[in-house]
Amino acid sequence: MNWNNIIQGGIYLVVLVLLVKPLGTYMARIYEGKPTGLNIWLGPIERLTYRLSGINPEISMPWKTYAVAVMIFNIIGIVVVYIIQRLQMHLPLNPMSMPPVTPDLAFNTAVSFATNTNWQSYGGETTLSYFTQMLTLTVQNFVSAATGMAVLVAVIRGFIQKQTETIGNFWVDLVRSTLYILLPLAIIFSIVLVSQGAVQTFAPSVKAALIETTKDVTGKVMSEQMIALGPAASQIAIKQLGTNGGGFFNVNSAHPFENPTPLSNFLEVLAILLIAAALCYTFGYMVKDKRQGWAILAAMLIIFIPCLWLCTHVEQQGNPLLSKLGIDQRSSAMQPGGNMEGKESRFGIANSALWATATTAASNGSVNSMHDSYMPLGGLIPMWLMQLGEVIFGGVGSGLYGMIAFIIVAVFISGLMIGRTPEYLGKKIEAYEMKMASLMILIPPMIVLIGTAVSVIVPAAKSSILNPGPHGFSEVLYAFSSAGNNNGSAFAGLTTNTLFYNIAQGLAMFFARYWLIIPALAIAGSLSRKKIVPVSQGTLPTHTPLFIVFLVMVILIVGALTFIPALALGPIAEHLMLTSL
Amino acid sequence: MFKELRSAISVFIILTIITGILYPLFVTGIAKAFFHTKANGSLIYRDGKIIGSALIGQPFDDPKYLWGRLSATSPVPYNSSSSLGSNIGPSNPLFLETVKARIEKLRAADPKNKVPIPVDLVTSSASGLDPHISLAGAYYQISRIAKHRGLSVNVVKNIIDRNTNGRLFGLIGEPVVNVLKVNMDLDSSKK
Repeated sequence: MNWNNIIQGGIYLVVLVLLVKPLGTYMARIYEGKPTGLNIWLGPIERLTYRLSGINPEISMPWKTYAVAVMIFNIIGIVVVYIIQRLQMHLPLNPMSMPPVTPDLAFNTAVSFATNTNWQSYGGETTLSYFTQMLTLTVQNFVSAATGMAVLVAVIRGFIQKQTETIGNFWVDLVRSTLYILLPLAIIFSIVLVSQGAVQTFAPSVKAALIETTKDVTGKVMSEQMIALGPAASQIAIKQLGTNGGGFFNVNSAHPFENPTPLSNFLEVLAILLIAAALCYTFGYMVKDKRQGWAILAAMLIIFIPCLWLCTHVEQQGNPLLSKLGIDQRSSAMQPGGNMEGKESRFGIANSALWATATTAASNGSVNSMHDSYMPLGGLIPMWLMQLGEVIFGGVGSGLYGMIAFIIVAVFISGLMIGRTPEYLGKKIEAYEMKMASLMILIPPMIVLIGTAVSVIVPAAKSSILNPGPHGFSEVLYAFSSAGNNNGSAFAGLTTNTLFYNIAQGLAMFFARYWLIIPALAIAGSLSRKKIVPVSQGTLPTHTPLFIVFLVMVILIVGALTFIPALALGPIAEHLMLTSL
Repeated sequence: MFKELRSAISVFIILTIITGILYPLFVTGIAKAFFHTKANGSLIYRDGKIIGSALIGQPFDDPKYLWGRLSATSPVPYNSSSSLGSNIGPSNPLFLETVKARIEKLRAADPKNKVPIPVDLVTSSASGLDPHISLAGAYYQISRIAKHRGLSVNVVKNIIDRNTNGRLFGLIGEPVVNVLKVNMDLDSSKK
């Protein structure tokens, strides 16, 4: 660890925390229906949307209707994304004449984007037309994020309302999230990204004459370079803000056209956690106890900061095998040093490790370095952050409702310990809420562990592994940790564009998303019906350092106990092998 | 149920138009008006011909040029129509073979240079298109380039320094040298 790494990580965290309150307040006002400066512009569009769609924004839905609306809307998304990919040959804006996407890959991509996972089995510039990128991927980047935010707001209403049968109007929550929050932020971010050199054009690829000719694998002399372009900046901005993460280009934000400069990198990595962090404040604001929001943010940071430190530290140490060959891996004013395999020079160690930690703490999954080439323990951190259930920031909306499930469990356990009826924010936590919260916590690990187990046995899946030994196991474990928690990043050596992986990962992503949304909405419905119990002597305060630490322990114990055996077979075994060589 | 289906289809179409068509077109319009060169790939022209992009690296292995990062793209290195990292794990024997081959190549091109080789010269970039190299990686090659071009060490060093970007506000990012720009300047510099 050196000063450069500490300063860069520190600046990031300070800027992030400073933005939590203004953005969090703004979002709370949007969801409470209060006017903001953007109403003059967006108000008419919002009202027109409701009128054309036969929606009465005043009508609040029971939780089951809300869930039905979520599911119908998301399934339409999956179907449309699938169809457009299959027909892209016959649609406009396909200057490179991309052929139809294969059925299994189209299914995988459709589920991947609708579920806010954005697992990249497709290869961006080699698979999809500009039309497909814009009308399916960019749209899903907005609406899948907005779906997560809508569900969160419904859950928050469960705590605010009393003896009410309904939890809000999904269409209103969806449209407001998209128009007032995601769209303005995406416009600002994409314009700044273009100013840095991110491409935004409908022109086809261009041919450049190479200064020095090169040879391809067959020995043929190549004197030209085909440079892929496209309307990338507008998609990158929203893929970062909406914790989506699916890249315009194959290598995602490592590509110089997606992420050209230190400033673009800072803004993109900031965008990963920005909304998820600010929603904590929105939560506190809406339940009229801001300390509750800060407490959740504190719990997230308590887990995030040591992970960031460890990942940076391990990568900065470099690879012992290279030291033996006399390679200079020391950090100095002249070079970042450390393990530079799969990292870009302009990002070095500090910005690569920061991104890897942030993108997996949030369920973003975009990358600016290749996690597969991280040192074993450096790669363990992103993997484990996903396995914790994507609740350390997590996806926009989904991270916080996942965290609320953990809070319900924490409140319940502490209630048992002190012999009181568990309550959170004045709502009694009873058997029904506990069952639903347990489902939300247990489903992702089941998907991850069963998926991994099957994939290391089935021969069709084994041939996808690139790296030998325990690292190959890590690739598979990482893939299912990613899909089973809707993250989307990868140990990309694993060839996942195969029938087996496209289908298996597609199902994993689908269940990981909707099997959590439905119990979350059920909790919202159940809480809404309850009375609010006034604070008394026997109430366990949930904003104190004691409770924050207790919550962190619950998350860590569940995450650690579930995954340590699997991690021991992968990254930990590889680490021990490397250090003993 | 039917009512929700109708609303869902209608909201889906409207949001698709706003976020999938109007939003990218609006951003493209602004980009074209204010950042035309950058939005189109920061292309570099010489005699009216495109010879590359300031942001996309090119392969170099002639000793008279500055070399960049290793590239794992296929079928040619620095294939900018199909970006790819090596994704090779740190304990993979293939990784060590690649590194050793690169060390031999660097040593063979400059046998007198006994300085330890900076790590980014022997490792693949994440994108396979990294346009940059660290200052250490560039300075390591000064003696070789100077010898093969008959230039003084100072001239080469000046060209490298001229094409170096520092950190943002001296704090964020890493200082890097643009390999393509250095090589264009080397080609146009007189002895």
